[in-house]
Amino acid sequence: MAKNPNRPLSPHLQVYRWSPQMAVSIFHRATGFVLATAGMTTLLWWLASIGGGPESYASFQTYVVSAGNEASLLQSVSNWFFRLLALAVTFSFFQHMASGIRHLVLDIGAGYELKTNRTWASAAFVAAVFATAFVALFVASRFLGVW
Amino acid sequence: MDSRTYIGRVRGLGSAKHGGEHWLKQRLTAIGNLLLTSWFVISLLILPNFEHATLAQWLAQPVVAVPMILMIANIFWHARLGLQVLIEDYVHDDGLKFAAMALLNFYVVASAVFGIFVVAKLAFTGAAA
Repeated sequence: MAKNPNRPLSPHLQVYRWSPQMAVSIFHRATGFVLATAGMTTLLWWLASIGGGPESYASFQTYVVSAGNEASLLQSVSNWFFRLLALAVTFSFFQHMASGIRHLVLDIGAGYELKTNRTWASAAFVAAVFATAFVALFVASRFLGVW
Repeated sequence: MDSRTYIGRVRGLGSAKHGGEHWLKQRLTAIGNLLLTSWFVISLLILPNFEHATLAQWLAQPVVAVPMILMIANIFWHARLGLQVLIEDYVHDDGLKFAAMALLNFYVVASAVFGIFVVAKLAFTGAAA
């Protein structure tokens, strides 16, 4: 079937002004994808390294958490890659959780009034950012010795 | 004359070829995830340290191994349902869609079995002190 480029199109997303309700929807999907790929494979790697014994856990720590003062370039790069990934996964976790709770509330038929809907969409982002900041500061101060 | 029941006549029709099953399972696993991952995050935060011995002994306890196995099964199930929707929305070619769904099923089943095996092995054989 030949495609006619001059065919009229229905309006795409780009023509609408962004709102918290739109953002929370696409973030739910994107963060779900991050959790299902990066989040879950890192979780399995972590579990397997615990099951594999002290040496395999040490190797997980060297590449993912911290290689210490005598880290090679590869290890430092790997550490910072995984720290940023962990930050993204942590934010994804809380964002997906907050907007997931919002979805469960919407599913019982509540929260569709325009103002209420907008407020809780924004609240999901605020909650996720605060929870991520809390966990990141907690982990950095207590386990990484960054502070 | 069609002697089937009303529900028998409509079952399997519609674009999704099934009823509300996927929708409902996604919500039920979401509630399970909410409980199990909250338990997981809080448990991690109250651990005294992240040394290997601490974690291995923590995981080997029945009260930790059981919810951990449930959590692994539940998150991979939920992820399978969610990624299925992504494939249905963005992969339009029938053959590619079939292949993507097959890969997704391999990924979630293999990963969940692997994770559950790791936890079960620690719980059954005991963590080295």
